[in-house]
Amino acid sequence: MSQIKSLYAATAISALSATGAFAETTVTIATVNNGDMIRMQGLASEFEAQHPDIKLEWVTLEENVLRQRVTQDVAAKGGQFDVMTIGTYEVPIWGQQGWLVSLNDMSDEWDADDLLPAIRDGLTVDGELYAAPFYGESSMVMYRKDLMEKAGLEMPEAPTWEFIQEAAAAMTDKENEIYGICLRGKAGWGENMAFLTAMANSFGARWFDENWQPELNGPEWTEAVNFYMDLMQNYGPPGASTNGFNENLSLFQQGKCGMWIDATVAASFVTNPDDSTVADQVGFALAPDNGLGPRGNWLWAWSLAVPAGSDATEEAKSFIEWATSKEYTAMVAEKEGWANVPPGTRTSLYENAEYQEAAPFAEMTLSSINAADPKNPSVKPVPYTGVQFVAIPEFAGIATQVGQEISAALAGQQTVEEALEKAQALTLDEIEAAGY
Amino acid sequence: MARAVTSKRKIINTAAAWTVGLLIFFPILWTILTSFKTEATAIADPPVFIGFEWTLANYATVLERSDYARFLWNSIIIAGGSTILGILVAVPAAWSMAFVPSKHTKDILLWMLSTKMLPAVGVLYPIYLIFIKLGLLDSRTGLVIVLMLMNLPIIVWMLYTYFREIPGEILEAARMDGASLKEEILYVLTPMAVPGIASTLLLNFILAWNEAFWTLNLTAAKAAPLTAFIASYSSPEGLFYAKLSAASTMAIVPILILGWFSQKQLVSGLTFGAVK
Repeated sequence: MSQIKSLYAATAISALSATGAFAETTVTIATVNNGDMIRMQGLASEFEAQHPDIKLEWVTLEENVLRQRVTQDVAAKGGQFDVMTIGTYEVPIWGQQGWLVSLNDMSDEWDADDLLPAIRDGLTVDGELYAAPFYGESSMVMYRKDLMEKAGLEMPEAPTWEFIQEAAAAMTDKENEIYGICLRGKAGWGENMAFLTAMANSFGARWFDENWQPELNGPEWTEAVNFYMDLMQNYGPPGASTNGFNENLSLFQQGKCGMWIDATVAASFVTNPDDSTVADQVGFALAPDNGLGPRGNWLWAWSLAVPAGSDATEEAKSFIEWATSKEYTAMVAEKEGWANVPPGTRTSLYENAEYQEAAPFAEMTLSSINAADPKNPSVKPVPYTGVQFVAIPEFAGIATQVGQEISAALAGQQTVEEALEKAQALTLDEIEAAGY
Repeated sequence: MARAVTSKRKIINTAAAWTVGLLIFFPILWTILTSFKTEATAIADPPVFIGFEWTLANYATVLERSDYARFLWNSIIIAGGSTILGILVAVPAAWSMAFVPSKHTKDILLWMLSTKMLPAVGVLYPIYLIFIKLGLLDSRTGLVIVLMLMNLPIIVWMLYTYFREIPGEILEAARMDGASLKEEILYVLTPMAVPGIASTLLLNFILAWNEAFWTLNLTAAKAAPLTAFIASYSSPEGLFYAKLSAASTMAIVPILILGWFSQKQLVSGLTFGAVK
């Protein structure tokens, strides 16, 4: 008899848990492995506590794997993910394809008008906001105050390329393994070409003219790339053609770079005394310019979007609203301090006195982001959107091949002119084949 | 005199074997060492070999951040399942090829191997679409099937080689004694081929455990095995080498232990039939 009773009880319990499982909606979030995202993952239990009917599942992948993985899924309508972490390159293309759910109907409290205009613009297609920015970044100059002083120079807030060259020459001390400047040399559209495209903007160069004719072998690109080559070959570290973000970060943290121009997100790494040997000696300045208007900095926002194939659209939206809200910012500040708040998305954050005090790089980040204009990145008009990229599907492939040519030139395998001729030819081929 | 040459040769051989062995093992050793360093020591230049302050902090972080047990369990199911399923399919196939060969057996063997000549990414999209239709995305069942199919040519080839070494007369004798086909394979052939089957099992298990293309592309949250666990610690913007190494170490330790205990079978199985 007791056996039968316990059997009933077991059945009742399993029936209950089964209905429970049915009422619960799972939201699968694909994301990248970086500090701000990992922090969000850690705090997400708060969201689950507020929404007992939503269960969050996380898929964390390396950036390039993630990009390939989510592209494949969204294109095939696989429905594997309900929230995707994508950047300013993907959003305009995917939005146009109809692969993303519009976020125009987010609540008033979420306050879309508080988003930084440059970032919001980059995530909007035909008036529809297709992704909510989680954190924004630009690039800037990070430099060693002590070495700068030793060289008898003072870094202006907004340096020119000419000054950068002068400072690099003065700081370089190859015998002691100190190199005046560290820049990206590793081939890839998101590696050396992100840096070079942004740098070329400040030299007045553009990828394409208004009729989609590539201009890579034109005078502006030639001048910019030669300038870069000169900096790297005379004052850069050896083997720079394989240096990406991480390699340069490592060199800078070990005190081997006088200056490093790269993502604003690096500021919190190089000033962290646990990892960096030069933490208390780092100064910041805007990315250099050439007196033509645009500065050589980029604009990127890791953003959260809902793919059109999701079967939990509403739940996914409510998660995005939570993760990109002002309340989330306040919660991170309360639990982990203002310096750890995801930067670069909201005007209100930069008006916050506590944040300005806790993050010495805040002002520079905001000015850098505001200085970038995705619609008008260069001096002359362009037919595309994007500062350090061209928001067309073919760009990743084209720019990676161009990056390989320039990286080969940096390694001394060919001249800059040869590299740019090849780059021009292959870009022309690809863009004609794509029918632009 | 002859003895002196032999011992000299032996020393050279041993030294060469150790050198090659250490060269192959070094990256794994380096990964394990790095997993006990701080992030700052991990990138130190010149690199620090042993003389650093050992820390378990990376393991603590990794264990706190990820559900290691879930990834491990998925790896065991996927590698184990695909191996067992593969053996079940391959034993009868290899039996027929070894003992009842036809004119086209050699062609079939070669054709099977040719499926390994196409880069996996070439069939990624078709398989992805099929998986969507069948609802197999992010499921262990789907991965068991795909990995089984990927490794099947190798299993069949290995088993075929072993079976060929077994005299057909023994099977014939069993048949004369009235054994059915099932009994012949199950009670006569299998016991004799145990060393071969065991090493095939082991090798296949290792291949499936380390498979990092399909396991990354066809899974999301539910069926992700240890390869996805490692991938989640790689980052182009931020130095996480020590944590990445800790995750890698945790992913390879189970298979390393398995390989250590079964090295005898593996070596004898892999060299079986090599010298004729």
